Amino acid sequence: MTSAKEVVFKPLFDNNPIALQILGVCSALAVTTQLSVTLVMCIALTSVTAFSNLFISMIRNYMPSSIRIIVQMTIIASLVIAVDQFLQAFAYEISKSLSVFVGLIITNCIVMGRAEAFAMKNPPVLSFLDGIGNGLGYSVVLIVVAVFRELLGSGSLLGYEILPLVSNGGWYQGNGLMLLAPSAFFIIGLFVWVLRSVKTEQVESAEFRIAPHAAHSHEGAF
Amino acid sequence: MSSKDTVSKTLVVAFFLCVVCSILVSGTAVILKPMQDQNRVLDRNKNILSAAGLYDPSIHSDSDIAELFSRFTPRLVDINAGRFLEAEEAIGLGIDIVNYDQRTVVTDPELSEALTSEEDLADVKRRALYQMVYLMEGDEENELDTIVLPVSGYGLWGILYGFMALEGDANTVKGLAFYELKETPGLGAEVRNPRWTALWPGKKVYAEDGSVGLTVVKGAGMGEYEIDGLSGATLTSRGVANLVQYWLGDDAFGPLLKQLGGGQSQAIAALDR
Repeated sequence: MTSAKEVVFKPLFDNNPIALQILGVCSALAVTTQLSVTLVMCIALTSVTAFSNLFISMIRNYMPSSIRIIVQMTIIASLVIAVDQFLQAFAYEISKSLSVFVGLIITNCIVMGRAEAFAMKNPPVLSFLDGIGNGLGYSVVLIVVAVFRELLGSGSLLGYEILPLVSNGGWYQGNGLMLLAPSAFFIIGLFVWVLRSVKTEQVESAEFRIAPHAAHSHEGAF
Repeated sequence: MSSKDTVSKTLVVAFFLCVVCSILVSGTAVILKPMQDQNRVLDRNKNILSAAGLYDPSIHSDSDIAELFSRFTPRLVDINAGRFLEAEEAIGLGIDIVNYDQRTVVTDPELSEALTSEEDLADVKRRALYQMVYLMEGDEENELDTIVLPVSGYGLWGILYGFMALEGDANTVKGLAFYELKETPGLGAEVRNPRWTALWPGKKVYAEDGSVGLTVVKGAGMGEYEIDGLSGATLTSRGVANLVQYWLGDDAFGPLLKQLGGGQSQAIAALDR
């Protein structure tokens, strides 16, 4: 039986949904230009994953296997709409900048993946914690990406100016690439590299090897 | 086959799931709607105030907006006739002034019109027949201090939406603020940079011959009609120039603004309501 502590903390670095399983990368590109927006997105995704895991686990013994995916989707979609409504009511500015990406949590592979892989087989409380753990794992990567993108791209963090931009009369020339989506790929790639250098057990075995150069083929040419 | 996989169990589960989920979704939507509407109005009013240069985030907070905005009177403009619409006329047209939004009625054929490509300088495709503008009364009675107009136009990646504020002479720019855009961060999106919007106040709109002289140029815009374009954002700058040309021009708010600027009769009538 898996312990609660393991379920919450393992997805942070040991089994990170983005860095190891490479799930849910799409929103990591889209909502990481500003740290404040990213934090709200992380909270939204974590709560959706946690509660969808909880509800799906509660009814897992009554769920007919023929319609289980659509049942999971319905629960996830309802939760996402509820979260979107809450954001529009309590964090209007940020919900405007998140726009469509809150709705796209429905299609985030992490939510669906945890529902199918964990909540269908485990009791409700443990499933809820698993949702929190995976949400936090997603958040760790997003926050790292957003810190780099906002700091190097706009010279600020959470909207507070850290590196004064040339366009505002300072000295720092903002890195435009950091504000565009590809930079998130690079940062996630670097994150995965650092993580696997520290935790070498995450390195996958090579699918093929390059054979050593056949030295004798040169011989006899002249 | 286990007992939960029968057809009747499947239907029962599907039915109860639908009922519970629809209650959850409609419940949150209905309960939170008043707060969301309030947020939308607050956000719009904040945009209008910042266009008019009356809202500074470092001084004011959301709680000040209601008081600051109370000086403004919303009025509908019949854009083709170039005059203000009376309240009774608006009711006759079935328009609810409090919740009217010229952006949503663009999909309504009764309340909007398609623009021909010659007319459509700002590349907005359709426009509402009735536009909501905001008037602010000056310190003296019946004196128009500020008029705020809704503007929109295509930039590089999408339509920019904003408000343009003019002084009471309807010829001097008071400010320009965009509240929604899809331009490139760091380049086109710099139209929101306070250092760039600070170039606008004090510029004149109409040239001697009555055409719109106000424009965005490359290089240092020195004259009283020229704004220095954004470097690295040629197409966004051109989009802003086009939307100014269109919305202040003869096909849009031009006739109304010239009346307001020429004599104060319309303005007085508008404020006197």
